[in-house]
Amino acid sequence: MSSGTSPPARSHAPIFWLLFGAGGMLSALFGPALVFITGIAAPLGIVIPHDLLSYPRVLALSQHWAGKSLLFVIVALFAWHAAHRLLHSLHDLGLRIGPATRLLCYGSASLLTLVSAAGLLALGF
Amino acid sequence: MPEPARAAARSITLEVLRYRPEIEAAPVWQSYVVPFSEDLSVLQALQHVKDELDGSLSFRWSCRMAICGSCGMMIDGRPRLACQTFLRELLPGPVRLEALAHWPIQRDLVIDASGFIAGLERIKPYLIPRQPRPLAAGEYRQSPHELELFEPYSACINCLLCYAACPQFGLDPGFTGPGLLALLHRYNADSRDGGRAQRMAAVNAEHGVWSCTAVGYCSEVCPKAVDPAHAVNQNKVNSAIDYLRHLLAPRGAPP
Repeated sequence: MSSGTSPPARSHAPIFWLLFGAGGMLSALFGPALVFITGIAAPLGIVIPHDLLSYPRVLALSQHWAGKSLLFVIVALFAWHAAHRLLHSLHDLGLRIGPATRLLCYGSASLLTLVSAAGLLALGF
Repeated sequence: MPEPARAAARSITLEVLRYRPEIEAAPVWQSYVVPFSEDLSVLQALQHVKDELDGSLSFRWSCRMAICGSCGMMIDGRPRLACQTFLRELLPGPVRLEALAHWPIQRDLVIDASGFIAGLERIKPYLIPRQPRPLAAGEYRQSPHELELFEPYSACINCLLCYAACPQFGLDPGFTGPGLLALLHRYNADSRDGGRAQRMAAVNAEHGVWSCTAVGYCSEVCPKAVDPAHAVNQNKVNSAIDYLRHLLAPRGAPP
């Protein structure tokens, strides 16, 4: 327990925790269904038609503003969730978390966010 | 434990991690055999050792009824109150007793809790009225709902079992920890209290709620069902709201 008379500095953890929480809720809600649809059901043509994820359909989805937002939110928030989880798991394993590890984890999430935003915007409306 | 083995138990071995700074540089194990009976608590077994076998053994105790919070220790690797743990649950033994994990050992089963005491002062664990209120104004009125919000957190007996259970406190003793954060929440959540703004700095700090990774073992070991993990979780939300509010209105932020 830290001592001292001046009040302790405010942590910036809430930013990352909020992104982590949002990503966690999204991944819990959509993660398993997405794995099933994109990884199993669509390629094998079970339950849903085989061409559900065909190029023109997915292109149309990612060119519609709603589809675009959905894809962006899912990619970006999943990434922030994963980055935060990995960082804390490394800490739990006894690794000293310094600026480099933080940069690697949150930097990857930032990069993925930027790449997905740029890619989705490049596809046009 | 099958019944015949329990009936057959006439004695049980205690393995106690001893540390006498004037004798040994590092803690060492010492065994004691104590007579077993169905209604013998770990604390009573230790008292038997101290009275009959070895007067040099040190441990803290006071009330013998899970009220004072003095006799917390690691019992077979779990943080528990010695007065509340019966040897019949630990048959056939040996029963391993150690000082509470994550704390400096002062002597034998006695820990140095001065860090916690200093923390207690910092979190202002008392009602801070919104404005001075004369006795003539009468009692505060609270609805059953307002009582529910803080009452569970007021049951803390400062036994520190939650600290021995918290892996984050083990990794970083700078962490304010489950007990203090639950106690802080007990006052912040009280409708009679106006001291929330004074306590938020302790919540918002890296060593406040943000060192917690929601393991939840603190709530499992709490002998008074305080649920410190839930208190910390609620304060992560409070701290996040406070953070955003501070970001949007740094000066005019309401308390």
